[in-house]
Amino acid sequence: MSAVLNDETKKVLVEPLVSNNPITLQVLGICSALAVTSQMSTSLIMALALTLVTAFSSAAISAIRNHIPSSIRIIVQMTIIASLVIVVDQILKAFAYDVSKQLSVFVGLIITNCIVMGRAEGYAMKNPPLESFIDGIGNGLGYSLILVIVAFFREILGSGKLLGIEILKLTKDGGWYDPNGLMLLPPSAFFIIGLIIWAMRQWKPEQAEKVEFKILPIAHGEGGHH
Amino acid sequence: MPNEKKQCKHMVQLCAALEKYESYHKAKAYAERILGLGNDSLEKTIAIAVALCLVCAVFVSFAAVALKPLQVNNKELDMKKNILDVAGLLEEGSNIDAAFAEKIEPKLVDLATGDYVNDIDPAGYDQRKAAKDPAQSIAIPKDKDIAHIRVKAKYAKVFLVKEAGAIKSIILPVNGYGLWSTLYGFLSLDPDGQTVQSINFYDQAETPGLGGEVVNPNWRALWKGKKVYAETDQPSLEKGLITEADVGEPALSLIKGTVDNSKPGSQYQVDGLAGATLTSTGVTNLIRYWTSKEGFALYLSKVRADKGVKS
Repeated sequence: MSAVLNDETKKVLVEPLVSNNPITLQVLGICSALAVTSQMSTSLIMALALTLVTAFSSAAISAIRNHIPSSIRIIVQMTIIASLVIVVDQILKAFAYDVSKQLSVFVGLIITNCIVMGRAEGYAMKNPPLESFIDGIGNGLGYSLILVIVAFFREILGSGKLLGIEILKLTKDGGWYDPNGLMLLPPSAFFIIGLIIWAMRQWKPEQAEKVEFKILPIAHGEGGHH
Repeated sequence: MPNEKKQCKHMVQLCAALEKYESYHKAKAYAERILGLGNDSLEKTIAIAVALCLVCAVFVSFAAVALKPLQVNNKELDMKKNILDVAGLLEEGSNIDAAFAEKIEPKLVDLATGDYVNDIDPAGYDQRKAAKDPAQSIAIPKDKDIAHIRVKAKYAKVFLVKEAGAIKSIILPVNGYGLWSTLYGFLSLDPDGQTVQSINFYDQAETPGLGGEVVNPNWRALWKGKKVYAETDQPSLEKGLITEADVGEPALSLIKGTVDNSKPGSQYQVDGLAGATLTSTGVTNLIRYWTSKEGFALYLSKVRADKGVKS
């Protein structure tokens, strides 16, 4: 095992968690992060599904990377990813029926998740299968981490529960907590992810993007005549 | 797992058998030649595309076929669970299949006449599938389609709970459009075909936490004892809440805010879902549709009158 987990592999596995997180740094995979995070249980299953799809698709693509014609590169990647997603969806329907009912279309939408494509194109096309697999796991876990944090705030503030277990007693059930309805709607995930990105970049200033251009003050005597 | 071992052995035998054929070796040689070609040659591009599609198709169809029985089973189990739940017979940890077989009797009802249909086995009948089949369904005229479902199956599958030969609950399948999705559910009535026992929705995709609260047990509990059809009840008539013409017509609706149970007419009202006006309207419409003459009104009147629905 120690041979497998050398420094390079460790870096590939751990880096996407914080210092190169696909959601907060690369700002990928936002769409599903908005959609499925109103509950912790759906988020966990979604995170697991995405991690598996990313890992296995990266490994598969990496295994045939030297034979993929460049003209059909993207569609080859998509075909592999789509097949894996369908299989994951079928497995969920067979073994976790209730959760698959709640996730409905979002499992299918992993196909268009930018993280999966991003890893396939950005890493798996240039690296051997094992590393690509671990890179997929790492990025999946980075995505999972943010999903779980967002779901934590949305579920507890939006419905007073965690994993369906009551934590804050709601006023409608005779308790004290008046739930925040906004937390159950997708925009709240935008706010939470925004706050997380802001916090991350305060903590690690090197993650902030360089200013691409500077707005100059208007010089006197200009404007209007061109 | 002897079956798998057997399959594995078959595979080995198959490979050995293939060795004998010349075309197998030809294919192998062809594959080797293709892999040796430049990645951007036309031939390799096409060959890789075809091979990839084949592999993926086999992979996906294998998963779909292998998991199909489990999925069908899950769906059926979920449906049975919901029916037991709406009948108030669901016990945590009990065997759903056994409880369903023991306590619930499925029956097919011809919506046009309100009689039972006996020449089709209700166990194998899927009302949702039938609604999609033009031969087994009826298009609903636009002006009557308040539930926005466009078509309904000719025969509806109802479920009866009997105790000592007498009907204890009548469970009706209902569906209608909410805000985002068609809600599918069951409405359970007393044998008088009038008093609500319970309601639940087993398939819906309304906004979680708002319209999605149709599955909330606390909200569902509010339905118990509500009346589906307007009765000749003096206080409600006097207050103008219903008119003589409304008597016997579907009257149940969801209202904004909380129902004051002491007021006349409250037996026809259920609290609307907070923040989900359109889902609430959808639920009102689907209940009214399925309790109207388009839906189960005829059947329910026969159950009430007779106790002798023609079989």
